Amino acid sequence: MFIELGHFALALALCLALVQSIVPLAGAARRLSGWMAVGRSAALGQFAMVALSFAALTHAYVTSDFSVSNVVENSHSAKPMLYKISGVWGNHEGSMLLWVLILSLCGASVAVFGSNLPRELRARVLAVQGMVASGFLLFILATSNPFTRVIPAPADGHGLNPVLQDPGLAFHPPFLYLGYVGSSVAFAFAVAALIEGRVDAAWARWVRPWALVSWCALTVGIALGSWWAYYTLGWGGWWFWDPVENASLLPWLSGTALIHSAIVVERRDTMKSWTILLALLTFGLALVGTFLVRSGVLSSVHAFAVDPARGVFILVLLIIAIGGSFTLYAWRAPAMQGGGLFAPISREGALVLNNLLLATATGTVLLGTLYPLFMDAFGLKISVGPPFYNRTFLPLMTPLLVAMAVGPLLAWKRGDLTAALQRLWMAFGFALLVVLVGLYLSGFHAVLAILGLGLSAWIAAGVLAEWGERIRLFRLPLHDSWRRAAGLPRAAYGMSLAHFGMAVLVAGVSASAFEQERIESLRPGDHIDIAGYTLTLREVRRVPGPNYVADEAVIEVKRGGAVIDEMHPQRRTFTVQRQTTALTAIRTGLSADLYLALGEGDAQAGWVVRAWHKPIVSWIWLGALVMALGGVVSLTDRRWRVGVAARKPAAPTSIQSAAAE
Amino acid sequence: MRRLVFLVPLALFLGLAGWFAAALFSGRDPRELPSALIDKPAPDFDLPSLAEGRLSSQSLRGQVTVVNFFASWCAPCRVEHPILLRMARQEKIRVIGIAYKDRPEDSRRFLAELGDPFLTTGIDRDGRTGIDFGLYGVPETYVIDKQGRIRKRIVGPVTPALLDRELLPLLRALERS
Amino acid sequence: MRFLLALFLFAAPAWAVLPDERLADPALEARARALSKELRCVVCHNESIDDSNATLARDIRIVLRERLAAGDSDGQAKAYLVARYGDFVLLRPPVRADTYLLWFGPFALLALGGAVAFAAQRRRKPAAPAPLTPEEQARLAALLREEPK
Repeated sequence: MFIELGHFALALALCLALVQSIVPLAGAARRLSGWMAVGRSAALGQFAMVALSFAALTHAYVTSDFSVSNVVENSHSAKPMLYKISGVWGNHEGSMLLWVLILSLCGASVAVFGSNLPRELRARVLAVQGMVASGFLLFILATSNPFTRVIPAPADGHGLNPVLQDPGLAFHPPFLYLGYVGSSVAFAFAVAALIEGRVDAAWARWVRPWALVSWCALTVGIALGSWWAYYTLGWGGWWFWDPVENASLLPWLSGTALIHSAIVVERRDTMKSWTILLALLTFGLALVGTFLVRSGVLSSVHAFAVDPARGVFILVLLIIAIGGSFTLYAWRAPAMQGGGLFAPISREGALVLNNLLLATATGTVLLGTLYPLFMDAFGLKISVGPPFYNRTFLPLMTPLLVAMAVGPLLAWKRGDLTAALQRLWMAFGFALLVVLVGLYLSGFHAVLAILGLGLSAWIAAGVLAEWGERIRLFRLPLHDSWRRAAGLPRAAYGMSLAHFGMAVLVAGVSASAFEQERIESLRPGDHIDIAGYTLTLREVRRVPGPNYVADEAVIEVKRGGAVIDEMHPQRRTFTVQRQTTALTAIRTGLSADLYLALGEGDAQAGWVVRAWHKPIVSWIWLGALVMALGGVVSLTDRRWRVGVAARKPAAPTSIQSAAAE
Repeated sequence: MRRLVFLVPLALFLGLAGWFAAALFSGRDPRELPSALIDKPAPDFDLPSLAEGRLSSQSLRGQVTVVNFFASWCAPCRVEHPILLRMARQEKIRVIGIAYKDRPEDSRRFLAELGDPFLTTGIDRDGRTGIDFGLYGVPETYVIDKQGRIRKRIVGPVTPALLDRELLPLLRALERS
Repeated sequence: MRFLLALFLFAAPAWAVLPDERLADPALEARARALSKELRCVVCHNESIDDSNATLARDIRIVLRERLAAGDSDGQAKAYLVARYGDFVLLRPPVRADTYLLWFGPFALLALGGAVAFAAQRRRKPAAPAPLTPEEQARLAALLREEPK
């Protein structure tokens, strides 16, 4: 019953989305306020319907309703509740529903929080959101319906792939989708601006918070995915340049460019058409990311052929959304004249460099991801793996990171590079010190990694130098500096935090060159020495689990002669799926992770134990979190609230505040 | 001129979309994995045989041969087996088996249970011959022409459709040449 | 690819780089490790043979070490595998006419982007007065006043 209701609600949501795409747009063109107002109610109604539909599917999962084929295929009555719920989006159909839920949530948020937007702009933004939603609702209903019944209902479900039953993976998709779908708002604003034919500082101010929300969510989502890979896959890798990972990195890179270029539009009224393009591109890449990965196309063109109906539908959607918006762009963007002049050495100039490098990096990752498919079309099979990206992506990132410390110290319009560099002499000294000490300690090995650490020190110290500059630290009495620090806008702190997070991340990545590895066959009583730790295998015992049997090693960790810990890596054999997975044991710390995985073996031959000592590896995810936190802090800036929720009577006639509605 | 710059994103996207569409409608067999050895001489091997004597690459010369890698532990091999039997018994094709990473007694039991389509069966215990063939996994099937060159590779089980539509015509053509 | 993964599931599980595979000579072993990071496990999803626990990856690791122990150079050892598995086995694609676009594309893109940015910079003229109505100007000014310098 609930299921049919959910299905019906989804169909209703499609109707509302169609109304939302047409009526407000026509209303904006003819300046009919009643028509324009329809957008708001349609967006809210659409959200309510999709939420109802999602609740119905979740209900089916929670109550293990095995008359629904989607539940049968992806759930099992004995599964813990967390994975019953996460199972809702652990499959193609359900994840599409989550996608649309977040999309309609974004639409509803624009409807609610956008009350101070110019009426026409809001109507157009909502209409574009409606169009996007219509496309995906139609896709779900036509090709990926999660509400199909099976008759007769089987007694139990097939269960979820054991590898996917993990808290990290349960929350990874919602964040990732919020990141992907959140970029649809900036996309809708960009399309609306193209229709109106104007972009100004106010437009940029409205767009930036949305772009930031999406960027933060994407940052967290990518970090979660990488962390999951690190602790699950059993050899401590955290980034593989896999097409699936690249698909999430692409909108992140262009989204990062977008949140920077939008600043230029807001402050200096220039780089308009470029910013619009980035907004279109970010959502376009998010679409490519979700759909091409979901349909398996990125790992093989042939996956398209597996389900041609879905493939064709996806392609048509992409052509309408991206092709349509790019056509509009080619038509309307040339008219958008940039305003503010600036010298090459200036804040604007630095942001242009930032955008140039980020856009090139986006292009590089896209090229590396698509090239094997491109060659495949000619019957040639090649692989593009980490060695390619190390030779192309990293050289592009290096100048970006170097410039990251300098850019914020340059003035708008015309900057003084010499003065900026003078303010950074301490940062440079610190970075140099890090490099020299690193070279000395490592005996001139791993030079590139040490330069990476130096780069991290440079950025971190640069962030502090910039902050010290803003509050005139040591140049004004301390209490004056303190007042300035308290008075700095949150957005400034947000930027500092985000840049500092990048420095932390770069340090974590660079330090991976210093990891140590030991792989030994151990019998009980044998030990491994690694990085000052002595790891002794005490015993390997058999531990039964709910749907698996595990061999669990008891490994004593000694340091300096004293026992400090006991670690228990497991090797689980899932009886039904005949699959073996490793449960790693990790001692996480700020200074290093001790990472253990248990391999095959028996009492006679010994057990294979793989141990790693990974210095500051946790800084990678810590850095990503600090970056996302920077975004959140920036979002709390009161200027956004001024921009977002002002209900001052100042609203003039041509930008009528819709708050009164 | 300046307007043309704004057309670049659209042009790039349309190129990409067109190429995706071409890939989508090309109708190529998704399971085709081109071998690096197509039209090259089959690798040399000299394996102990399941019966007695040895199986070597020399025995491939002069006649069109199908080489099938299988293992008793491989479920798709069981699925494929009736097709191999049909090839050998009804279509009178020379089929040679190579037991990949399988204990000889297990291979024997497998063939006794399901029927033995193979003229000879070589034992590739360490999988080295498999690597020389560029093997991905079992089952995998190679068509070798009279000159001892690899003409086709099929990854995964041979299906009846595949046999009728592709394999048999190719084999007949090779035999006539 | 899903099909390949299915095949892989039928293989008995093993582990990435096992103690018994390693060569006694540390220099040779280090070369083997470095090389295996650049070789793809052909039945896996974007994994190097160094990371992979597929049986085929283990076999190829062993073959690779045998080649190195027999005196092959890194290039010869790679060529040995390419002859069997094609370029697909290389995680670092060879630089050839058909991969120029891949290898030099990024830097061409950078140069092109730089040129466009440079041209845009040169073309930038003083702004025409912003087409804002006085009310909008006032509102904008109000917004910008909120912002501390």
